[in-house]
Amino acid sequence: MSKNERIKQVIINSISDVNLNLPKENQLGASTDTVLFGRDGKLDSLELVNLIVSVEQNIEDEFHINVAIADDRALSQKYSPFRTIGSLVDYIDILLKEKLND
Amino acid sequence: MTDKPVMIITGTRKGIGKYLAEYYANKEFQVIGCSRGDVDFELDNYQHFCLDVSDEDLVKNMFSDVRREYGRLDILINNAGIASMNHSFLTPIDTARKILDTNVIGTFIFSRESSKLMKKNQFGRIINFSTFAVPFKLEGEAIYAASKAAIITLTEILAREYTDFGITVNAVAPPAVQTDLIRGVPKEKMQNLLQRQAIHRYGNPEEVCNVIDFFVKPESKMVTGQIVYLGGV
Repeated sequence: MSKNERIKQVIINSISDVNLNLPKENQLGASTDTVLFGRDGKLDSLELVNLIVSVEQNIEDEFHINVAIADDRALSQKYSPFRTIGSLVDYIDILLKEKLND
Repeated sequence: MTDKPVMIITGTRKGIGKYLAEYYANKEFQVIGCSRGDVDFELDNYQHFCLDVSDEDLVKNMFSDVRREYGRLDILINNAGIASMNHSFLTPIDTARKILDTNVIGTFIFSRESSKLMKKNQFGRIINFSTFAVPFKLEGEAIYAASKAAIITLTEILAREYTDFGITVNAVAPPAVQTDLIRGVPKEKMQNLLQRQAIHRYGNPEEVCNVIDFFVKPESKMVTGQIVYLGGV
């Protein structure tokens, strides 16, 4: 499995956890285009927080690297990395590369 | 993994932190303590980390270890604190930054990381430390008291942010307790301060612990965002 696929799987696992507490009509899918937050998104801000914390912990378990996904850069980007599963995969990939180069 | 309640206490090398570590370890809590230096005691049910509470990377690594080792966290006591009693003219910026880093940033990082672990079980207790120096507006303690005023605001706001996760956030504000924090304060000044309290004497760690016991109790789930001053401030 490529690194990006592993990151995507981590996010999907976290989504499964978050879905447990969501009504059926608000549950999230698992495709790259699945909208997480923002226009047409189904998560409210608290649910997004839950998802981010879960993803951070699962990334740590999978890659043994501590990353802060909701850092200043993520929050100030013109195109939010939390928009879709795909954009979040790309953003975490950048964070992991940076951590490995430290 | 453990069935015991898991508790983190910051600043356990001496003073009230050391007392709390011994007290809760003996009560069969699994206590994880930390301080910048090593501790001079060994206890069953106690694990120690050497770190600066304001060093985010080290703190996050510690929480990773706690998550792997114990799988959960129930209670956080943000006890670590430093003070420098001096007129503002005589307070270097480095000293001011160190106080704010330890007292405010340290409390913030530990609260944030703890709540991420606590929310899994929809249960958590965070206890912060403020001080009588805030309402007394003590001259010579501008930065220390300002840092502890920030703790009051943190406590009140985090209580609201974490309530959906079953986590309560409260603070205890001890009166003057004879620890290293007030070692450099003249005796006469301390006596004057004690006279301003309703109860004119020093507090002791047992009395601070009693308030923490109350916050920790499962029955205290309706108590959050509260600051308890001891000594009748």
